[in-house]
Amino acid sequence: MEISHQTQINFECETGNYHTFCPISCVSWLYQKIEDSFFLVIGTKTCGYFLQNAMGVMIFAEPRYAMAELEEGDISAQLNDYSELKRLCLEIKKDRNPGVIFWIGTCTTEIIKMDLEGIAPKLEADIQVPIVVARANGLDYAFTQGEDTVLAAMAHRCPDKSYNKLSPRLVQANNNIVIFGSIADSVARQLEYELKKKGIQVKGWLPSNRYSELPDITSDDYVIGVNPFLSRTATTLMRKRRAKLISAPFPIGPDGTRAWLEKICKVFNVASNDLAIRENTIWSNLEEYVRLLRGKSVFFMGDNLLEISLARFLVRCGMIVYEIGIPYMDKRYQSAELLLLQETCYKMGVRMPKIVEKPDNYNQIDRIKDLKPDLVITGMAHANPLQARGINTKWSVEFTFAQIHGFGNAKEILELITKPLRRNNNLDYINDKNYI
Amino acid sequence: MKLAYWMYAGPAHIGTLRVASSFKNVHAIMHAPLGDDYFNVMRSMLERDRNFTPVTASVVDRHVLARGSQEKVVNNICRKDKEEKPDLVILTPTCTSSILQEDLQNFVYRASLDTCADVILADVNHYRVNELQASDKTLYQIVSFYIANAFKGKLKKVVKTSTPSVNIIGILSLGFHHQHDLVDLKRLFHDLGITINLVIPDNISVKDLDKLPQAWFNLVPYREAGLLTAKFLYEEFQMPCVEVAPMGLTNITRCVREIEDILKTLGHSCDYTKYLDTQTRYVSQSAWFSRSIDCQNLTGKTAIVFGDATHAAAMTKILSQEMGINVLWAGTYCTYDKEWFSEQVKDLCSKVVITDDHTLVGDMIANTEPSAIFGTQMERHIGKRLNIPCGVISSPVHIQNFPLSYKPFLGYEGTNQIADLIYNSFTLGMEDHLLEMFGGHDTTEVLTNTISCDKKISWSAEARSELAKVPGFVRGKVKRNTEKFAIMHNHQDITLELMYKAKEQVNT
Repeated sequence: MEISHQTQINFECETGNYHTFCPISCVSWLYQKIEDSFFLVIGTKTCGYFLQNAMGVMIFAEPRYAMAELEEGDISAQLNDYSELKRLCLEIKKDRNPGVIFWIGTCTTEIIKMDLEGIAPKLEADIQVPIVVARANGLDYAFTQGEDTVLAAMAHRCPDKSYNKLSPRLVQANNNIVIFGSIADSVARQLEYELKKKGIQVKGWLPSNRYSELPDITSDDYVIGVNPFLSRTATTLMRKRRAKLISAPFPIGPDGTRAWLEKICKVFNVASNDLAIRENTIWSNLEEYVRLLRGKSVFFMGDNLLEISLARFLVRCGMIVYEIGIPYMDKRYQSAELLLLQETCYKMGVRMPKIVEKPDNYNQIDRIKDLKPDLVITGMAHANPLQARGINTKWSVEFTFAQIHGFGNAKEILELITKPLRRNNNLDYINDKNYI
Repeated sequence: MKLAYWMYAGPAHIGTLRVASSFKNVHAIMHAPLGDDYFNVMRSMLERDRNFTPVTASVVDRHVLARGSQEKVVNNICRKDKEEKPDLVILTPTCTSSILQEDLQNFVYRASLDTCADVILADVNHYRVNELQASDKTLYQIVSFYIANAFKGKLKKVVKTSTPSVNIIGILSLGFHHQHDLVDLKRLFHDLGITINLVIPDNISVKDLDKLPQAWFNLVPYREAGLLTAKFLYEEFQMPCVEVAPMGLTNITRCVREIEDILKTLGHSCDYTKYLDTQTRYVSQSAWFSRSIDCQNLTGKTAIVFGDATHAAAMTKILSQEMGINVLWAGTYCTYDKEWFSEQVKDLCSKVVITDDHTLVGDMIANTEPSAIFGTQMERHIGKRLNIPCGVISSPVHIQNFPLSYKPFLGYEGTNQIADLIYNSFTLGMEDHLLEMFGGHDTTEVLTNTISCDKKISWSAEARSELAKVPGFVRGKVKRNTEKFAIMHNHQDITLELMYKAKEQVNT
């Protein structure tokens, strides 16, 4: 498709003064996903305080994560890192007997240059529990990128059976796709089911439900991501495992899901004509929600990297997107998604929104005051203050915790998006929207 | 290194930010990596603040790590000065930034040359003090800074207000019921004929801090924040200070008597005896409640108390001296304040526990098996696990402890609210036991909550196992909706495919 000049993507980059969650928050969903794991966050009280507050009630359910809280002696190197970590990991082994321990490096371990990658293999041999090191720190990453660092580290641990001459190589052409990205089991099975209908069997997932079930990945394998924030994982799978990356839009919204499936079908040479009908059926089921959104405007402040995919879906729903703030934009990993966004804008006859990398929240709030969008998708630090100023908001964090992938979950996304709009319709009787 | 799952008091910078954001027109700039501005979320969510929290970060990233902050911090301070025009900017180090050992004091000095706002560096050691100690320190730092400015080179001659007046020190944002307590404190002082000079730092301008010495005396209701400031004001201006939290009838009486003594020494004649008697007898319902027949049932009941020093000590006193409840042990996580706490409760309970390890507290509760717990959010969850009712009396708390309705812990209305809290905790406990005795409310199994009992619907093994994986609390709904969908579309067998189809349909 030819894209007219006005629909070229306009990228900007601001100061990076924005609010987002610390990437160590990935612990909260990953420990649930990987059932035999234990996550040890090596950091300070600040990290612990964030985790315990951000995760609310989960903390009381005896989670399989803990802080290795650094004390003054650790900072000034009066204590030996190896023996300190060994002491804690033995305690964890004794109490929980995990199949794998993840060490999550933080800002502090970066600054004091604690050699976690160096210590881990020695300690692993010493205590006989696999130790995977991920540097999910706020110096380098935002929010969901934490998962990316963990999965990239896990990619190194996937077994590679391609050199094992004893076991006959699997020649079955459609059995070599590995999907990466942590999503709820039921959602994963829905996507697997869609592929199964096309005769494509998924070889495995990264992450798997148990560390011991990590799929083997060889140079014959195709890999594809389900989430837009997994660029390091993709790179690692390509460079270190020599796997072939399928670049596709992400299966968020019926349009994204169809494009994602079609791309896989194309790679495996499978007919996918019926997917268009399938997509249309879903859209007609969504009409009740889409009607609420058509012609309304939305502003993404940006904090979790799902923004491009969600914006693309909402444009397709008939919304006007003013701005897509995003912490970090990997134009290569997201290239197919960006292209679909362009095509969607062209098709819907709307201007391409500008994409603002490393946004500046202060400036954004200025722009929001000028533009008066119908909906602002933002973090919790700004939601209530904007709401008090009569501006509708939706907490962006919910999109990372809700089930949003695949055909079946498009409804979930629109449930979330329309909630503030529907709520407002119910409150007309109280008074004016302004509470300042 | 310490293996930790939970902490009672937050890191030092939280204390600094709580003080900074309590003032009017004070902006805090954190020298912190991305994601450390979680404080803003807490303010916005827990306190449901309508305004943007006046805290921004000067982000420490990879570049800062490599080259130092250079102009970044200074520029950020100057930028905020222009954008928000604050009276004061507080540069707040975090645990990450403090090990970078940048000369933040120098940044503050350079920035202050170009800003209209005053600029100071919060002086707290992140590895030695916690949130509470830091809030005490920061409040003191700000007050002493403005007092020094106001009296620079001048004789410290202060004109006191003509009638008795008081400063209330230590009402902070994100404080446990602080806003409700303040309302009741205002009422108490109004009744005592004492005007309120200043409430700090609650929504006050730093420009008004030089009026602090005009008050006759200070009240520090919570010893976690304000004692350092009060001590400073005593040393500089010989201002007397009342440190008794007026929580519970005996404490209120003590507090008012101390105030009376202070006023008398300052030459103001007053006698609050009659006032105290009327309030205790008629305004507060709590004293009468303790004598009423209801409260007899509480005699000999056991409880444990855990929380910050102020609330745990006062609560122990109320339970044992005003309600006749047997406090098995009382404890605090304010380990730095253990002498004071032990002294306060040593005659009121069998054992004093000073720890900030929640697993130890959990084990002690499990071992002592009290009939009720009075603690923090953490003890509430321990209680849930052990089936022991819990009243929350202290931070750390969650959003349900920032109630919309008026629920003070201090003053006479506070005594009523506390009596309710105590009584309700125990009644629920008794109800629980009765239920247990008779084996639950109604044990007949409900059979009609799915559709499949009257229609012949069968689930394939695959679909059944999928259903089993749906989280328990929505499984019934998913089952019903799928069956409804199947019936609507004339299917008798539910396959995996049908299940997904049902999910895709809106309104199923």
